[in-house]
Amino acid sequence: MRSARTIALAALLVAAFASLLSANEIPQGERRSGYSFMSPDTKAMQNDDTTNPGMLWVLDGEALWKSKAGATGKACADCHHDAGASMKGVAARYPAFDKTLGRPVNLEQRINLCRARHQEATPLPYESRDLLALTAFVAQQSRGVAVEAGADPELEPFVARGHDLFMQRQGQLNLGCTNCHDDNWDKRLAGSAITQGHPTGYPLYRLEWQSLGSLQRRLRACITGIRAQAYDYGAPELVELELYLMSRARGMPIETPAVRP
Amino acid sequence: MASALINVPARAKRGAIIEIKTLMSHIMETGYRHTADGEVVPRNIITSFSCRYNGTEIFRADLFPAIAANPFVTFFTVATESGKFEFEWIGDRGFTETASASITVE
Repeated sequence: MRSARTIALAALLVAAFASLLSANEIPQGERRSGYSFMSPDTKAMQNDDTTNPGMLWVLDGEALWKSKAGATGKACADCHHDAGASMKGVAARYPAFDKTLGRPVNLEQRINLCRARHQEATPLPYESRDLLALTAFVAQQSRGVAVEAGADPELEPFVARGHDLFMQRQGQLNLGCTNCHDDNWDKRLAGSAITQGHPTGYPLYRLEWQSLGSLQRRLRACITGIRAQAYDYGAPELVELELYLMSRARGMPIETPAVRP
Repeated sequence: MASALINVPARAKRGAIIEIKTLMSHIMETGYRHTADGEVVPRNIITSFSCRYNGTEIFRADLFPAIAANPFVTFFTVATESGKFEFEWIGDRGFTETASASITVE
């Protein structure tokens, strides 16, 4: 009896200690972009715009920016003019609060809202080449700009919910995002580096995907990896998680289009 | 739609060795994958790439299913005279793309 009680007590202590450990947030000075975990070859690929395959999407996006769409026959450029001026710093502020919807929207959703409200065009499907291209083109204008997402006070409850989801254990493996990306980012999972999960380069070209992909694609892959049911593209939970991750990366420079292994 | 990224130095000294980098947008579907229904996804790859320097072929490559999407081909040549590099990619389903770049040799 007595030994059983001791074991139970010890187990409790271990559990308490483990929960203390997982509450560790990464100190500001130790934050690192996923870029710093990459091999020199992959870094070189991202650094040069003529070897970075993400630039293929950016160039497509530039063409789409100027092409007319929808019932109003307007192009993005007809209202926003030169993207280099009008879109600079925009990606660093997303996801942002949409007053009409009363919730945050990410950059892809903003582009589709703009299509619906001002171009009267059909929304582009998530992960379609056109939506990725436009998003990459818009986000590339913010390259080097420091992330400032989540500063809007209206976003506070949504950032908090994203944080809760980040901490929440789920799936058959019973892991939360924090268990890898806060607690074990200096280690490796199989052959791959575990990064800190700062989404500064999206949409980005993943060598594994052989394509450009959105942050939501990455998040869904991670959620499937812990054997949980992934949220659908555009789900409010995913946007809240994106918002928390971006606010967690506040101050880090945008790298779009990044390359990752 | 933009499909190729070409990097050729704009100027070079006569006799200098220059690096040429090309990146072509293509899915490079292997032909070995299946859909969820078990149907084979038909092969769709680039099969050949070539580069002509003022009309003379200086580089040619055959591409195969094991090459990743958006193939990046880079090679070196000697800058002999000012002129034009012409690139051509040929593939399955009648795929053909061309691009060109100029160089000034001093």
